[in-house]
Amino acid sequence: MLTLLLILLPIAAAVLTLATGARIAKQVALIGGLAELGLAVFTWSQFDPSAGSQFGFKYQWLASAGISFAGGIDGISMVLVLLTAFLVPFIILSAFGHDYKNSATFYSLILFMEAALIGVFTATDAFLFYLFFEAALIPVYFLAAVWGGENRAKVTFKFFIYTMFGSLFMLVALVFLYYKTPGTHTSELTAFYDLQLSAQSQGFIFWAFFIAFAIKMPLFPFHTWQPDTYTESPTQATMLLSGIMLKMGVYGLIRLLLPIVPLGVETWGLLAVILSVIGIIYGSIIAIQQRDMKRLVAYSSFAHVGLMSAGVFSSSANGLQGAMVQMLAHGINVVGMFYIVDLIYTRTKTRYLDQLGGISQTSPKFSIYFMILLLGSVALPLTNGFVGEFLLLSGVFNYNAWLGAIAGVTIILGSVYMLRLYQKSMFGPKSNWVEGFKDLSVTESAVLIPLVIMVFWIGIYPNTFLKISEPAVNQILQIITH
Amino acid sequence: MYPIVLLSVFGIVALFLGFSKSKNILLPSTLLFLAIALAGNFYEWNKGPLLYFYDMFRVDNLTLAFNGIVLISAFMIVAISGGFQDNADSEPAEYYGLMLFSLVGAIMMIGFEHLIMLFLGVEILSVAMYVLTGSNKRNLRSNEAALKYFLMGAFATGFMLFGMALLYGATGSFDLSHIQSFVTTTHAGAPSYILYAGLLLLLIGMLFKVSAAPFHFWTPDVYEGAPTIFTTFMSTIVKTAGFAAIYRLLEHSFSGIYSFWWIVIAAIAVLTLLVGNIGATSQNSFKRMLAYSGISHAGYLLIAITAMSKPSQNAIVFYSLAYSLSTICAFGILMLVSKEKTVEGQPDERYEAFNGLAKNNPFLAFVLTVSMLSLAGIPLTAGFWGKFFIFTSAADRGIIWITVVAVLMSTVGIYYYFRVIIASYLREGNVDAIRVAPFYKVILVLATFLTLLFGLAPGILEGII
Repeated sequence: MLTLLLILLPIAAAVLTLATGARIAKQVALIGGLAELGLAVFTWSQFDPSAGSQFGFKYQWLASAGISFAGGIDGISMVLVLLTAFLVPFIILSAFGHDYKNSATFYSLILFMEAALIGVFTATDAFLFYLFFEAALIPVYFLAAVWGGENRAKVTFKFFIYTMFGSLFMLVALVFLYYKTPGTHTSELTAFYDLQLSAQSQGFIFWAFFIAFAIKMPLFPFHTWQPDTYTESPTQATMLLSGIMLKMGVYGLIRLLLPIVPLGVETWGLLAVILSVIGIIYGSIIAIQQRDMKRLVAYSSFAHVGLMSAGVFSSSANGLQGAMVQMLAHGINVVGMFYIVDLIYTRTKTRYLDQLGGISQTSPKFSIYFMILLLGSVALPLTNGFVGEFLLLSGVFNYNAWLGAIAGVTIILGSVYMLRLYQKSMFGPKSNWVEGFKDLSVTESAVLIPLVIMVFWIGIYPNTFLKISEPAVNQILQIITH
Repeated sequence: MYPIVLLSVFGIVALFLGFSKSKNILLPSTLLFLAIALAGNFYEWNKGPLLYFYDMFRVDNLTLAFNGIVLISAFMIVAISGGFQDNADSEPAEYYGLMLFSLVGAIMMIGFEHLIMLFLGVEILSVAMYVLTGSNKRNLRSNEAALKYFLMGAFATGFMLFGMALLYGATGSFDLSHIQSFVTTTHAGAPSYILYAGLLLLLIGMLFKVSAAPFHFWTPDVYEGAPTIFTTFMSTIVKTAGFAAIYRLLEHSFSGIYSFWWIVIAAIAVLTLLVGNIGATSQNSFKRMLAYSGISHAGYLLIAITAMSKPSQNAIVFYSLAYSLSTICAFGILMLVSKEKTVEGQPDERYEAFNGLAKNNPFLAFVLTVSMLSLAGIPLTAGFWGKFFIFTSAADRGIIWITVVAVLMSTVGIYYYFRVIIASYLREGNVDAIRVAPFYKVILVLATFLTLLFGLAPGILEGII
């Protein structure tokens, strides 16, 4: 029941936000987001990691077809539900400084998005998963398209068609799997795990799933929609896309691809890891060249997700656990980074590194929080990025030492582009653009402080979160080796 | 059976109502007639299967469901027709009369048990449609459309009759059950090429009516030239009735020679999908795009026919319903918008006419968005489940490759359906606040509500047939 409540609460909050109108929309939306966070934390307090899927709900949806409206939370879901519920209130809060037109619609779309995301992370029926997977796209499309920058129409259109294209292949694969289930057919994910498929059909399904998730994350070479969409979208949509929606792809790999087509992974996994590693290096090198801060963070996100996917495809406990904790860490860091970029942009009206400089002279608080989030991104020990990257790299290294070594370069490249970003914007002589740069206001600190706390929490004591997902990850691994 | 009798009588009554001084009575009475016909239709629910008119007409839950879709669509279309008061040339009584008559044809096509009944149904439906297409008498394009539709339609009818004659020659009967027993018993021993030829010719005639490629060439011009309200009628009711007839014919009589015709239908389905979707991308007129989109939806429905598996029936019913609801919304909004804007005296039916629609008409923009999402098959709308059922019907038969084609084509579909959403939300432009009559609004709200309801709970229609 708790699961269903977690999905319904944001919807109710979204409707309420729409109903109360523009005047108090943001306050209502924030309360809704915080209530969801409270509920998620409560769920966590009741959660027993070793008990498998819990708090489930199941209703007949298409009774004769064996398709049900079913969800539940296991360790993997719990981590991502927590991440979603944690980030959304801050994403809402981060919009307080902006004056968006039709703000009621704006905030309610964020909450609708949250409901769809929680749905994706908790669905235990394959078609329900698909439904939420697609449904999440609609609010974020409108967020990006209506409130975005100049080229928004073209860019978001590309994004929408691209991602839709990918997921339709997943739909075909799901329908195929559904007809492979014995008896009157069922679309429960656990039933899909038990299918004994030939290696050949596993290969086809592998690619159908891979394309869907690779576009969503995005992995090389399906990433071409990403930098433009991240840059053109309003910051809140970018945060949703990079902070949470990207995780739908990684989650899909862990939840669907690995356990359903283990033989496919055996055959094609190496290629997938190679593509991921190419993405890591390629994304990092482009990030180093960037002049636009938002694009830089976008490419850094592209590089990071490559490592997550490489870890997942290594099909090892370290790789999967690393991906889990890295999803949390990356979600927090990237939302923080985009917020920092947004703060700089709203104050100076520029995102170009060569026009910035010397911000640290006037804004000590801002510089400190920025530095901490940045160190999280470059995976300095004791920050959240380190735990994830370390586990991921050890997973990839055990899978293939050469690829592990190449992927390891990400730590160096990451420091290069991130420190360059910091140096160009914060240090050096004060540029004309940053004249009168104010330090953080109370609302802005309220967004950044919790994120910074999380950076340290995950960095210093990752066990809090590793323990949640460990049994579930082991279960997935057991299915693979079985 | 009741709707046939009722609608025939009501059609004549509607013609006579035209003599009365008060023109305002026509619209409400036509709606009343349709409501009565609808009630009469569902009066026979769960009583079937029944045979009427010397076993030439069949009533069972499937035909009643199709009748229901056709009658509800007709009700909505009549409700948004607005009484044809704004044009001095128009003859509302004739239009309503013809619409009611054409519904009789549609219902005969849906429930035929005898090929003569099919022929009568097709002709009753088509002749009325030829007239309605050309009803905008002083408009050249409307005249051209009517002539084109009529000439091509006459050819198609010719093929159809020829096919029926050959089938009669091969099997010795027009009766579907006789044909069926011939196909499964006598024919199984000694294949008859006359039967094959007859079936193919008959199918050509019927595929023409549902605008499947390569028999679609009339569609864009006719849809564009006809007054929009009758385009709506054509694209929903004619298509639903046509698919009901094709399904009935192939499922009932020819399932014994599935291996012969499935590849023909599959090839036509793929061709239709390609032509419809790729054709739609290059259109500048929203109305013409909807014509091509109608072709592409014929392609999806043909996939369910190709598969002819257990889920096919459900898929066709659900898809027709979802498609009709969204199409009515789309054309309904097109009528409102194009009335506001004119280019050289003609209603502006290009995408540009929708620029900036959302600013002053958020309700219309929302309805339009939902209907476009549904036509594109995006989840949470009825259209998604329509496509889903179509895909499952093909997968049930084990034909996966055709769903891959369909999936690729739905991606193309997103491209052209989204153009109008982008125009109304993102493009700069100005559409003044459009006054929407309360009744019009009710229909749009109802159609949108149903689209979303079936999108969230597709199970509520399950198992009723």
